[in-house]
Amino acid sequence: MVRADLVRMANQIAANFRHHPQAQAAAEVAEHIRMFWPPLMRRELLDNVHNGGFDPLVVLAADLLAEATPA
Amino acid sequence: MTLLEDHDLGTPAQPGPATVGLEIDGLAVSVPEGTSIMHAAGLVGIDVPKLCATDSLAAFGSCRLCLVEIDGRRGTPASCTTPVEAGMKVSTQTPRLEKLRRGVMELYISDHPLDCLTCAANGDCELQDMAGAVGLREVRYGYAGENHLDASKDESNPYFAFDASKCIVCSRCVRACEEIQGTFALTIAGRGFDSRVAPGNSNFLGSECVSCGACVQACPTATLEEKTVITLGVPRRSVLTTCAYCGVGCSFKAELRGDEVVRMVPYKQGGANEGHSCVKGRFAWGYATHKERVLTPMVREAITDPWRVVGWEEAISYTADRLKSIQARHGIAAIGGITSSRCTNEEVFVVQKMVRAAFGNNNVDTCARVCHSPTGFGLKQTFGTSAGTQDFRSVDESDVIVVIGANPTEAHPVFASRMKRRLRQGAKLIVIDPRRTEIVRSPHVEADYHLQLQPGTNVAVVNALAHVVVTEDLVDHRFVAERCEPEDFDTWAAFISAQEYSPEATEAVTGVPAADLRAAARLYATGGNAAIYYGLGVTEHSQGSTMVMGLANLSMATGNIGRRGVGVNPLRGQNNVQGSCDMGSFPHELPGYRHVSDDAVRHLFEETWGRPLDKEPGLRIPNMFDGAVEGTFKALYVQGEDIAQSDPNTHHVQAALAHLELCIVQDLFLNETAKFAHVFLPGTSFLEKDGTFTNAERRINRVRPVMAPRNGKQEWQVVCELATAMGYPMHYRASSEIMDEIASTTPTFAGVSFAKLDALGSVQWPCNEAAPLGTPIMHIDKFVRGKGRFVETPFIPTDERTNRRYPLILTTGRILSQYNVGAQTRRTENVAWHPEDLLEIHPYDADERGVAEGGWVTLASRSGETELRAHITDRVPQGVVYTTFHHPVTGANVVTTEYSDWATNCPEYKVTAVQVRARVHVGGSAGPPSVLPDRVDADVPALR
Repeated sequence: MVRADLVRMANQIAANFRHHPQAQAAAEVAEHIRMFWPPLMRRELLDNVHNGGFDPLVVLAADLLAEATPA
Repeated sequence: MTLLEDHDLGTPAQPGPATVGLEIDGLAVSVPEGTSIMHAAGLVGIDVPKLCATDSLAAFGSCRLCLVEIDGRRGTPASCTTPVEAGMKVSTQTPRLEKLRRGVMELYISDHPLDCLTCAANGDCELQDMAGAVGLREVRYGYAGENHLDASKDESNPYFAFDASKCIVCSRCVRACEEIQGTFALTIAGRGFDSRVAPGNSNFLGSECVSCGACVQACPTATLEEKTVITLGVPRRSVLTTCAYCGVGCSFKAELRGDEVVRMVPYKQGGANEGHSCVKGRFAWGYATHKERVLTPMVREAITDPWRVVGWEEAISYTADRLKSIQARHGIAAIGGITSSRCTNEEVFVVQKMVRAAFGNNNVDTCARVCHSPTGFGLKQTFGTSAGTQDFRSVDESDVIVVIGANPTEAHPVFASRMKRRLRQGAKLIVIDPRRTEIVRSPHVEADYHLQLQPGTNVAVVNALAHVVVTEDLVDHRFVAERCEPEDFDTWAAFISAQEYSPEATEAVTGVPAADLRAAARLYATGGNAAIYYGLGVTEHSQGSTMVMGLANLSMATGNIGRRGVGVNPLRGQNNVQGSCDMGSFPHELPGYRHVSDDAVRHLFEETWGRPLDKEPGLRIPNMFDGAVEGTFKALYVQGEDIAQSDPNTHHVQAALAHLELCIVQDLFLNETAKFAHVFLPGTSFLEKDGTFTNAERRINRVRPVMAPRNGKQEWQVVCELATAMGYPMHYRASSEIMDEIASTTPTFAGVSFAKLDALGSVQWPCNEAAPLGTPIMHIDKFVRGKGRFVETPFIPTDERTNRRYPLILTTGRILSQYNVGAQTRRTENVAWHPEDLLEIHPYDADERGVAEGGWVTLASRSGETELRAHITDRVPQGVVYTTFHHPVTGANVVTTEYSDWATNCPEYKVTAVQVRARVHVGGSAGPPSVLPDRVDADVPALR
């Protein structure tokens, strides 16, 4: 998908969990994405997450998400 | 089935136990206190003659036909207005009464045209019946005297005629408009002999009448008569079925002659509507036989080719071959489907089954993605399941009613009438909406508080309400302690107590005066039973899911959940939104809202369906569009939805559809989406379907076929044949077998069957061993998830902001006479009220832009622009404009954007930054042609 949309959607999720302590929030972001995003989108997120634009919480969440995402 | 006729008991039933015993014509009867003698008599089979009485209306006592004698009392009181008393002995038939009644009837008939044989109501006329019942044999008064026989007819309404010459001035129509509909459009003008029914100072079409049909239903003569009855004659048989429009899900008697529908009559025993209707369900069913309906399958290689009419066999094999070919070349995940809330549970179930079992992926989504998906998310997080908590009747016991982001008088009119009735009885009303909707101020209804918030600030408002509840200690601590997760409550209470969520702090953002907000919060928390009703003004935001959770928090904190009169209630837009979601239409959930990653649930379906199922979520609708544009998603099956018109950012949707290698549309008409289709599979209208709809109160109603499918097949049969052609055999002998499969795999439906629905009329899920008759009120002793969960709801403003280029906020909504994208209602006489979408604009904003009333304007956003005519009104606040999306020629979604709810991707239809420009015409052009140029001049006449 368009990278800007991917960034916007992931960052939106992060913003809605940011009020929690960082580790908890990162886990919640990862869990939300795992539950609702199809593998293709998750893979795109993992492939792009270190290329800038993403909320730091999304970057943290991506590490947790990597294990649950098919290659 | 023969014609189903209701036994009219004359006056409404009274609640309570049958404690009052009396004798009527020697028969003993016990009834609740307050019951009329007429009603009690009816219960033992004695129908006292009557004209002004009907059991849907309060007793009136004007016709003097229902007189009775009571032992020990003088005179002949009216049985409709006389309540029963213990030990009473009543006679309904005596020589004295017979003489009196004959005298009354003689006077009525002396001023009534004696044209029974040619009258449209011949055989369906209470006046005719009563003349027979009282034994009237002659009328001694001639027609030489003054009479009303030449009174004029009003045929302005497209659906019914008013023939004043046949009126007996019983006031049933006037009372129905007041008591049932709550519009107060009719009155009795004049006095004495000059008394006449009048729709204000206008004809019916130009009046406040909303064409609900309650007056027609109430009329005992042919004075108010459906034009179809006048044309076709009185109906001969009935089929009980369910309306296919909004989420109220009204029950109707389809009344026919042969296979031709004569009229749709609201069913008194219908659990959702109890005998009431709106202009759509009652009258706007003609689209089913509209000449533009397509009844044969069609295919074409490319969307630039002409359609080629084919037989069903060829259509199915052609479609299956192309789908298989695409999967072979692009992978299993390259195809998917979209289910429709206009289709039955059974039709939706087989589509998601086809996608999961035959397509081999979870790429199934539903139109609820663009309306109530945040409801599913939010209520599941807090209460444990995705559904409204109450039945509609519950509002009769509400003391405080909160309407948020909903416009029930337009979008859920039959429920709105019930709500307005409760408001007229004294319940308090809080409306939270940027627009001054009709419920804010209408006859005998006025909101105690209208919190006119800025679009996009819902969560700030609900947080401020909760802030007041917590900081002013209005919390129901006992409820919270017993019913909710204590740690979650403590965390939430600390969160919401922060100063940033105080009404004073949020006022600058929301525009809601702090004092009003505090007062509204206090009223909600302390005013007795408080119920929340919400619509798409809650869900279609970037924080739609957060807002739903905020509402759930508020109800739990104040203990307003788990009993009658309270609750959190989504008003669903389409008739089967609840059902289509229940049936596993979302890409992450199997039927019954169970995640695809749940091994036990997945294994149950794998065993039942005989295919391995994917444990990963599939593509949502926006993902499908993105994938199509990028070339990874190649084929889409669309069941009964017009995504090219209804989904946001039309340019993007059309680009996606144009990229598809195969687009399959199953619908009644060649809609906007069909322009991009390669296969058109004709669908069935609700008059042909055989299945069930589930309404907004979780009520499962039967949809019975009134006529054979005009296309030759039920839609579920087509889906089964397609799945079978793809190599996955799907066979059912009848739609009841599909429901049996749903029941066997879905715990909340475990006790549901067509046989039970036929026996009980309807049931509300959960319907299972624990609740064999269904569950009208949810979460009574415990929440579905066990303890209620408070969720923190930070307010995060939308990224969609106004700026110098786009300084106004556009919000969209619906209108009473039209439905969704208008595919059905635009093909009915309902266009008389709403021939085009209009842009509501505040006088100040109009003046600044030189916009004239009815003038053409350009509406532009960063996504696109469209043109429509303006209606200047202070119904919208300054800075906000509003329109509907019923007409493809307007294309309101050309301007809506890709922004969406953070949790579900439900589009943010309710907030789009726009600019409005008065259209400058070159060379004297008057702009695009107007459909009815003079209609816009009045201040939104009739059906808004």
